[in-house]
Amino acid sequence: MTTLLEIEDVSLLYGRIKALHGISLTVNEGEIVALIGANGAGKSTTMRAISGIRPVASGRIHFAGEDITKLRADLRVRRGLCQAPEGRGIFPGMSVLENLDMGAYTRRDRAEVSKDLAKVLELFPRLAERRKQVGGTLSGGEQQMLAVGRALMSRPKLLLLDEPSMGLAPMLIQQIFSIITEINEQGTTILLVEQNAQQALARAHRAYVLETGRIVKEGTGSELLHDPAVKEAYLGVA
Amino acid sequence: MTSVRDWIDSGRHAVAERWHNAPRWMRWAVIAAVVVFFYALPNREFYQWLGPIPTTGSNFGQVLFTISIYVLLAVGLNIVVGFAGLLDLGYFGFFAVGAYTVAVLTSPSSDLKTLWPWLLALPVALVLTMISGVMLGTPTLRLRGDYLAIVTLGFAEMIRVAATSSEFLKGQRGFNQIPHPPGTHSDGSPVFGVLDPRPYYWLVLTLIILVVLGVRNLNRSRVGRAWISIREDEDAAQLMGVPTFKFKLWAFASGAFIGGLAGALFAGKQNFVSSQNLELLNSIIILAAVILGGSGNIVGAIVGGGLVAYMIERFRGIEVFGIELYEYRFMFFGLVLVIMMIFRPQGLIPNRRRAAEFKDRRKEVIVGG
Repeated sequence: MTTLLEIEDVSLLYGRIKALHGISLTVNEGEIVALIGANGAGKSTTMRAISGIRPVASGRIHFAGEDITKLRADLRVRRGLCQAPEGRGIFPGMSVLENLDMGAYTRRDRAEVSKDLAKVLELFPRLAERRKQVGGTLSGGEQQMLAVGRALMSRPKLLLLDEPSMGLAPMLIQQIFSIITEINEQGTTILLVEQNAQQALARAHRAYVLETGRIVKEGTGSELLHDPAVKEAYLGVA
Repeated sequence: MTSVRDWIDSGRHAVAERWHNAPRWMRWAVIAAVVVFFYALPNREFYQWLGPIPTTGSNFGQVLFTISIYVLLAVGLNIVVGFAGLLDLGYFGFFAVGAYTVAVLTSPSSDLKTLWPWLLALPVALVLTMISGVMLGTPTLRLRGDYLAIVTLGFAEMIRVAATSSEFLKGQRGFNQIPHPPGTHSDGSPVFGVLDPRPYYWLVLTLIILVVLGVRNLNRSRVGRAWISIREDEDAAQLMGVPTFKFKLWAFASGAFIGGLAGALFAGKQNFVSSQNLELLNSIIILAAVILGGSGNIVGAIVGGGLVAYMIERFRGIEVFGIELYEYRFMFFGLVLVIMMIFRPQGLIPNRRRAAEFKDRRKEVIVGG
C-alpha cells in the first residue's frame, strides 16, 4: 500500500493557543480513514492544516510524495486534495449546478468534467432534482450533499470530509455514509472527520482518536469500535 | 405597506420576465434606444421636452458630466464591493491619484514643468492608479473584513492630507491650466473647449459603455466566477482551488484603474485640480450609490450612481420658503438611504444571487421570530 498523505508532528496555533500538539497520521491510497474526537479536540483544525487554510507552526505534511507544508491552499487542490467544508460551506447565492461547477474550478478538461457532473448527479439524485435551486435555500442535508458533490467535482485523489453527518436526521446519516463508502469503492481515498464515532468507525478502514490536540489512539475501525475506552468516551456505552 | 411593496415587486418581476423572454433583437433595440437617449440628453432641443427632469439651477450639460463621472466611479467600485465583496471606503482616493497624476504632468503650475498633453498623461495616470491599488491591496487583502475598510479609509485621507499640505501638490491653490483632451472640429476650433460641457459628457458616456462591456465580459468569465465565490464564502472558494488573494488583488486593481480614469477625465474637463476636490464624503457617496443601485449588478451600479449624483444636483437653485434646498441635500440623501434600507435593502436593481440571499435571510428571520 502506498502512502498518500503523511502528517508528521504537526502543531498549529490560534494566536497563543496551541490547537494541535504535534500530531502525526497517515492515509494510504484507497483507504477510508476516520478522525474522531469530541468537540474542540482539534478535528476541524487538522483538516484546515491539511487543506492549507491555516498555516502550521511546525511539522511536515507530505501528499503524494511531495512536501506541501508551505504550499498555498488553492495549489493543494490542483495536486488532488479537496475538502468538503464543515456545515454550510457551500456558496449560498449560486445554484446547485453553479456550486458543482465551482468544484471543477481548477480543471480544464470540459468533457471529463461533464462526465463527472453526471456521476455526481447520479450519486445524489436530490441534487439533480434541485439543480436550478439556489444553494442557500436547500435543506441542511441537501447542502451537505452539495458540499460533498462539489468536492468530488475536482476529481480528488484524497477527499477530506469535515463532519458530513453534522445536523442530519438519522436516516440521512445512514444515507450519506453509504454514499461515502460508495465513493471510496469507486477509487477515491477519504479522510473523514466525525463526531458520529459509531458510523465513522464502522465504515473506516483505520481510525485515529484525537483528544485536546493530540492523537491518543489509533487502530483499525473495528478495533477502535470494540475498544472499551473508546466505547465509553465516544460511543455512549459503558 | 406590504401590499404596496408586493405590488411593486410583482410589477418588477413582470418587467424582468418580459425582458428575459424578449427576443434578442428586441433587447438590443431597447438598449440602443437607451443609449441614443443618453447621447441626445444634453441637447437643449431634446431636453426641453422632458419637463422637470433637467436641472434649473445649473447648466444641464455640466450636471450630466458630473453624473457621468459618478456613474463611471460606481461601475468601478461595483467590481470591488459588488463582485468581490471587498469593502473599500476610500475609493475616491484612486480618483485623486488619477486626477493629480494628470495635473502634475500637464499643468504649468506643477514643479515638474513637463507640460505634457492630456492624452500622454492619461496612460501614466492609469498605470499609476493601478500600481497604487496593488500597493494598497498587497498587504491588506491578505487580511479579512474590517481591516480593508479601515486601511482604504486611511488611504483616501492620506491622499487628501498630502494634497492639502504638501508643497509639491499645491494644497488649496491647486493646479491650473490643465490641458483638455485633444481634437479639433473641421473649422479648427477645439472639440473639448471651456464653454461647452457636452463633448466631455459624450466622451465619458462612450467610455462608460466601453468599460461596462469590458466588465461584463470579465464578470462572465472564470474571473467573475472566482470573484463571486470569494464574496460568498472565501474559505470555500480557496478550498475549491481559487487563488483568492490573486483575484481580490485583481478586483482591487481593476476598480482602481476605473477610478483613476474618472479622475483623469475630471482633471481634463475641469482644467483645475485642488485639494478641495477631495472630500471623504465623495467615497461615501459612491459606496452609497453602489449599494442603493444594487450591489453586484452593473445596471444597478449605473442607475445608483446616476440617481445619487442627480439627486444631489437637482436641489441646486430650488428655494422653498426662502430656504435653499441645496444646503440640505445630504439630509434628503440620508433620508432616501434610510427608506431604502427599510424597504429595499438589496438595492433598486439587485443582482439575482444577492436577491436570493436576502430572500433567504428574510425567511430565516420570519421562521426564527
